Amino acid sequence: MKLTKLLTSAAMAMGLATAAMAEDPTKVGFVYVGPVGDGGWTYEHDKGRLAVEAEFGDKVETVYVENVAEGPDAERVITQMALQGADLIFTTSFGYMDPTINVAQKFPNVKFEHATGYKRSDNVSTYSARFYEGRAVQGTIAGHMTKSNVIGYIGSYPIPEVIRGINSAYIHAKKVNPDVQFKIVWAFTWFDPAKEADAAKVLIEQGADVILQHTDSTAPQAAAQAAGNVVTFGQASDMSEYAPFPRVSSIIDDWSHYYIARTQAVMDGTWETTDTWHGIGAGMVGIGEISDAVPEDAKLAAIAVKATLADGVYHAFTGPLNKQDGTPWLAEGETADDGTLAGMNFYVEGIEGDIPQ
Amino acid sequence: MIRLEKRPQPSRAWSMATPLVAVLATMFFGGLLFALLGKNPFEAIATIFWEPLFGEFAFYYRPQLLVKGAPLVLIAIGLSLGFKAGIWNIGAEGQYIMGALFGAGVGLAFYPLEAWYIFPLMVIAGGFGGWIWAMIPAILKTRFGTNEILVSLMLVYVAEQFLASMSLGLLRNPEGHGFPGSRNLNSYESANSWISENAGMHWGVVAAMIAVIFAYVLLNRHMTGYHIRLTGEAPRAAKFAGVNPARLILFCLGTSGILAGLAGLFEVSGPSGQVSIDFNVGYGFTAIIVAFLGRLHPVGILLAGGLMALTYIGGDIAQSNLQLPSSAIQVFQGMLLFFLLAFDLLTNFRIAIGKPEAA
Repeated sequence: MKLTKLLTSAAMAMGLATAAMAEDPTKVGFVYVGPVGDGGWTYEHDKGRLAVEAEFGDKVETVYVENVAEGPDAERVITQMALQGADLIFTTSFGYMDPTINVAQKFPNVKFEHATGYKRSDNVSTYSARFYEGRAVQGTIAGHMTKSNVIGYIGSYPIPEVIRGINSAYIHAKKVNPDVQFKIVWAFTWFDPAKEADAAKVLIEQGADVILQHTDSTAPQAAAQAAGNVVTFGQASDMSEYAPFPRVSSIIDDWSHYYIARTQAVMDGTWETTDTWHGIGAGMVGIGEISDAVPEDAKLAAIAVKATLADGVYHAFTGPLNKQDGTPWLAEGETADDGTLAGMNFYVEGIEGDIPQ
Repeated sequence: MIRLEKRPQPSRAWSMATPLVAVLATMFFGGLLFALLGKNPFEAIATIFWEPLFGEFAFYYRPQLLVKGAPLVLIAIGLSLGFKAGIWNIGAEGQYIMGALFGAGVGLAFYPLEAWYIFPLMVIAGGFGGWIWAMIPAILKTRFGTNEILVSLMLVYVAEQFLASMSLGLLRNPEGHGFPGSRNLNSYESANSWISENAGMHWGVVAAMIAVIFAYVLLNRHMTGYHIRLTGEAPRAAKFAGVNPARLILFCLGTSGILAGLAGLFEVSGPSGQVSIDFNVGYGFTAIIVAFLGRLHPVGILLAGGLMALTYIGGDIAQSNLQLPSSAIQVFQGMLLFFLLAFDLLTNFRIAIGKPEAA
């Protein structure tokens, strides 16, 4: 028998078994790219998993595998979860996109949820958060707080999600401080404390007194703390152990509502393929407490930005905005459409340097 | 008083027994570690070693052992030739990356043409990519006497930069919505190394088998193999026997480079499918462990590659079934090399109790 057939029938048997025994808990799997203790990206996804357990108790069983390399290893781990009877599997890194799609084809009765990707199918949904809204708040604080007017930015990979964040932070820092300048270092990793610390040190040496990071560890926070007078922001998680200084605020990914809602949908049999992209308003992007190290006027400005983003009055990408090369992008009052944002591969005017090619 | 006493001759028995004893010691102390983490040690060990081979879903895991083990064996065979002669290629990871880039580059250049000759050309290009990358430390060593350990290792990081650049630039998928990574070769028939995906068979598995046989014949039946062994065991004697050290260095580094490059090519055109920034997952480094675990013997390497693959696959199963942290699995794998090196001591030394005899 062909494996696909075998897998399908195995999955069907599982499906039937689940239907026959309504008492059987719904099994939810999570595949993580980093360790659950990274204090950032994976840590927050795991908090989402724990929230699902807390919400449904005995009616749900969750499993996870951490530190899964993107590529063939991910495909094997996802298949393994599906084989062992998972009803719903969250794959929480961009690089799991093709593996998720491949496995989903073999297990039509299992539901898959892929974070930050763009490929969907009958049993694969995608979800992500509008982190760039959080970056707008960060940029506002950063622009106020920098004295050297040099803001350092640790990029992970030059993919649209990261570029969106850089643009959004820059636009809003510039708005409150026209002299601001961004220095961007690409770490080419999501999680590597040593590389991240090096990147932070390089930026500090180049005169940056505010560091924004799109990597997941707290190493840049520690580097800033050692330097003494450098401001940082928590990434993905609150990183409050570095508050009130150097960490003055944070972007918190809050997946718990989404994970609970999707698990509920599987239990009710109402799960459908969707493409979710929620921001501050829906609670998927949280802004960690702005500490007292931030001057009052900057705090108020940041809170105002957050509030207008949350109720939809203001869009983080509102014209007039030009692209880096000076060509017009958005006219006065025009806002960016989701398609352009999803595939964003250009800097806005004023940012120096090139996106790595 | 316990002390170590040098054996007059290396013990053959211990040389054979060391890997087995190391595996048993790893199971014991690994089990202890799992017990301290509050897991049932017997269940954990059984999950790692039994589940992938004979468990309920073995029909899926067994082919995966081939997928995971093939690149390890292929690279380790190449490394073992040099290691036997005291030539240390630590940069197989870089040669693996370059092989994948050269091979995938050739394949993608032909896209979307379908023709029988594309894959063979990719194989040649993949081997060439690994070879040329290994020639850098080889020529620097033979010409200027540089240390091949440092040069080959440092070139891994250079290769990683090339990989990132290729994923973001030249080889980027034009239909990839601006995301890094090349086209998926799995959906390009002529550039695909799968023979049967369900059986875990791709050309890399075949190449690994051929490499094992080739290395066995080379080492036991061929003059070059004799020179390799002689250089490792008695460098002075090798000199008198007319071994040309420069040629041996070029041969050993070149061969390991070619095999690592081929491993990269078969991986990128099969299991992985695309050039991406995170394409390399450390096969080039793990293969060093495999080579030593296999006693630098071709058949030993074959078994060791299978064992390493087993701990990876079983380790992931143990994570999801027993919620063991992945770092515990990594410690477990690390123990394997640690105990191997520790027990290796007994090949050349024996434990003696009592005072040393007067000499």
